[in-house]
Amino acid sequence: MSDALLNPANPANVFACRNLHVFVKDGDQEKEIVRGVDLTVQRGQKHALMGPNGSGKSTLAAALMGHPSYRVEGEIWLNGERVDALEPHERARRGMFLSFQYPVAVPGVTVANFLRASLAARRGTEIPVRAFRQELNEAFATMGIDPSFITRYLNDGFSGGEKKKLEILQMLLLKPAFSLLDETDSGLDIDALKVVSDGINQASGPDNGLLLVTHYQRILNHVQPDVVHVFMSGRLVRTGGMELVTALEERGYDWLTDEAAVAEGSRT
Amino acid sequence: MSETTTTNTTRGQLTAINDDYTARYGFHDPEDYFLKAPKGLNHEVVEMISRKKNEPDWMRAVRHAALDTFRAKPMPRWGDNESLDSIDFENIHYYIKPKGEQATDWNDVPDQIKKTFDRLGIPEAERKFLAGVTAQYESEVVYHSIREDLTKLGVIFMDMDSALREHPEIVRKWFGKIIPTGDNKFSALNTAVWSGGSFIYVPKGVKVDIPLQAYFRINAENMGQFERTLIIADEDSSVHYIEGCTAPTYSSDSLHSAVVELVAMDRAHIRYTTIQNWSVNVYNLVTKRAHAYTDSVVEWVDGNLGSKLTMKYPAIVLKGERAHGEVLSIAFAGHGQHQDAGAKMTHAAPNTTSRIISKSISKDDGRSSYRGLVRVNRGATGCKTSVECDALLIGENAISDTYPTMDVAESDVRVEHEARVSKVGEEQLFYLQSRGLDPDKARLMIVNGFIEPFVKELPMEYAVELNRLIELEMEGSVG
Ligand SMILES: Nc1ncnc2c1ncn2[C@@H]1O[C@H](COP(=O)(O)OP(=O)(O)OP(=O)(O)O)[C@@H](O)[C@H]1O
Ligand SMILES: [Mg+2]
Repeated sequence: MSDALLNPANPANVFACRNLHVFVKDGDQEKEIVRGVDLTVQRGQKHALMGPNGSGKSTLAAALMGHPSYRVEGEIWLNGERVDALEPHERARRGMFLSFQYPVAVPGVTVANFLRASLAARRGTEIPVRAFRQELNEAFATMGIDPSFITRYLNDGFSGGEKKKLEILQMLLLKPAFSLLDETDSGLDIDALKVVSDGINQASGPDNGLLLVTHYQRILNHVQPDVVHVFMSGRLVRTGGMELVTALEERGYDWLTDEAAVAEGSRT
Repeated sequence: MSETTTTNTTRGQLTAINDDYTARYGFHDPEDYFLKAPKGLNHEVVEMISRKKNEPDWMRAVRHAALDTFRAKPMPRWGDNESLDSIDFENIHYYIKPKGEQATDWNDVPDQIKKTFDRLGIPEAERKFLAGVTAQYESEVVYHSIREDLTKLGVIFMDMDSALREHPEIVRKWFGKIIPTGDNKFSALNTAVWSGGSFIYVPKGVKVDIPLQAYFRINAENMGQFERTLIIADEDSSVHYIEGCTAPTYSSDSLHSAVVELVAMDRAHIRYTTIQNWSVNVYNLVTKRAHAYTDSVVEWVDGNLGSKLTMKYPAIVLKGERAHGEVLSIAFAGHGQHQDAGAKMTHAAPNTTSRIISKSISKDDGRSSYRGLVRVNRGATGCKTSVECDALLIGENAISDTYPTMDVAESDVRVEHEARVSKVGEEQLFYLQSRGLDPDKARLMIVNGFIEPFVKELPMEYAVELNRLIELEMEGSVG
C-alpha cells in the first residue's frame, strides 16, 4: 500500500483504525481483548477476518460500532472523519453498520416500525409511507423473506437464518458506507447462504467497504474478498488473499499460533 | 457513552416531564363554583351533599353509616404505609358543584369548562367514535349524551345521581351489593361522599357495539373526587365502557377514590377500559369489582399512568359456570410515583377461566408493585387460570415488586404463573442505536414494544393516545 493510502484521512479510504485496543471489565480489573489493531479499508474493498473462537473478533466489531461496555483506545476513522468519540447512533448515521452475530429480539416492536425509524435516522428525514412500502417490498423480495414478516416483532422467535437475512436486508436498506458483518454466514443452509451472499454483494459498490468476519470458506467464495486477515489473540497476525483461506481450511490455526508467539516475543 | 452522560440525560427528561404534563393536562381553570364545601370530613358535609342532591332517605342513611365505617376502619397496613399515612383527610374538599346545570349540548356547558374539555379532546372524540359520553368536572357530571338509537333500545347511560332519581329501583337493588360499604376503608369513604360517576344498564340481548365513555376531571386544589359507577349488562348483552381522567398539577395533594361495580348477567360481555393519567399530586385509591354470571365475560383493561400513589386491584368474582374473567393492566411509575396495582380473581363456580396479564414499567426512582390474588373456591372444579407479570426497569434506581397469592381449594385446577423482571437491555439499546436511533428514541421503542400486548387491546384512538402519553413520560417532549 502506498504511504498516501496509509493516511486514514485519505478520501480513498472508507474506514481505518489505528493502534486500536479494546478493554473489558474483569472484576475490578480490566482485560485487554483487542491488543493493537491497524486496519485500512479502501473504497470498493471487501476484507475478510478469520480467527479462532474467542480471539476477539466480535469484540472488535462491537467496539468499532461503539458498544458501551468496552473501553477503547486508539483511532477509528470513517469517511475521513474520526468517529471514536461518537455514540453508536452517530456512527450509524454516518454510515457504519454492524450485522450482529446474535441479533437480539425486541418484542412488541414490529419489523416495519423498526425499519422505518432506522431508515429515517440514517437519511435524516422521514420516509413517506408509500415510498417506504415500495422499498421494503423490493428488499424483502431480494432477501427472499416473506412479506408477512413486516408485522412480526423484531427478531422475536425468528430462526437463526431468518435473523441473518433480516440483518442483510437492513444493510440493503440503510446503504452503509462501511459494514461490519459478524459471522453473517453462520447457521445458514446452502440456499440461504447464497441469498445472503448475493445481498451482501448487491449492497457493496465502488464507494463503500466491508469487513466480513467468518469461520468458513464457502461465503468467501461467493463474496470474493480483496483482502483476508487472520486474527488471533486480539491481533492481526497475517494479511493476504484467498490463498490464506485455503491454508487455514487445510491446516487450521496452529501453525500461525507459533508465529504469533514469535511476534509477541519480539514486541516485548 | 459514559455512565454520567446517561444519568444527566435522565435528569433532563425528568424536569421536562412535569413541564409537559402541566401544559397538556396540568393546567387549571380559575375557580368559579356554585358550591364548594369547606375542607374536612364530617357528618355535616355528608348531610349537606345528600340534601343538595335531594336524595331519598335510604341513601342518606347509607352515607352516614358509611362515614362511621370509614372512621372505624384502620388504614390498610399491607401497602405503601408511608404514603397512605401522609394523606390529610381534613385538607380535602369533599364536594364541589360547578356552575350551570347538566347539559346535553356542549354549547350549554359553561364556557370555561367547555374549553377545558375541548382542550382534552372530549367533544372531538365523541363526534368521531363514541356512542355516548359523560364528562364529570369536580363532583358533578356537567355533560352527558347518548346516541338516540341506543336509548330506543332501552340502553341507559347517565350519571349516577340522575340514575338514583330516575331509576331508583335498579340503583337500590344493586348499589353496594358488589362492593359493600365496609369492603375496605376507601370504599366506605366513597360510599359516604360519592358524587357523579356513571350508571349503565344494557337490556337483554342488546349489543352496544361502539364504546361509551366517561371523562373525569379534577380542577380545584385539594379536591376529592368520589365518583360511583354501576354497570349492569343484562343477559346476552354487551358493552364497552371507557374512562379517562386527568387533573391539574398542584403542589398539594388531591384525592380520587372511586367505587366501580359491574354485573354481567348470563352470557353478557362487559369490557371496562381505563386510561388514567393523574397528575403526580393525586392519590388514586379505587375499588373495582365485577360479578360474572354463567357464560359471561368480564374484562378490565386498566392503564395506570400518573398519580402519586395508586392502589387498585380490579376484581372479578366468577359466579356462574364457564364465566371468563380477564384483567389486563399496565402501570408506569416515574419519579416519585408508586403504582400499586394488580388483580383479584375469584373462581366461585365450576369450569370458570381467568387470565391476568400485568405489565409494569418503573423509571428513575419510580416503584411498581403487582399484588394479585387468585382464589379457587371449594366446589369450583375444572377451572383454569393464568397469571403473567412482566416488569421493566429503566435506570438503576427503579423498583418493582410482586406479591402474587394463589389460594386454591380444588385439585383439578390448571394454574399457570409466570413472572419476569427485565431491564431495558443494554444489548437491545445497542442494537437499535447501531441502526441510527438515538438512545431516547431507542428506549421509547423498547418500552412501547413492552406494552404492545396491552395497547393492541385498545380502540385505535386510545392506542394512539396511550403511546403518546408514554412518549411524554419517556421523553418529556411531544412532537
Ligand atoms: N463484556 C465482556 N466481559 C468479559 N469478557 C468478555 C466480554 N466481551 C468479550 N469477552 C471475552 O473476550 C474474548 C473474545 O470474545 P469474542 O466474542 O470477541 O470472540 P470471537 O472471536 O468473536 O469468538 P467466536 O468466534 O466464538 O464468535 C472471549 O474470551 C470473551 O469471553
Ligand atoms: Mg464472535
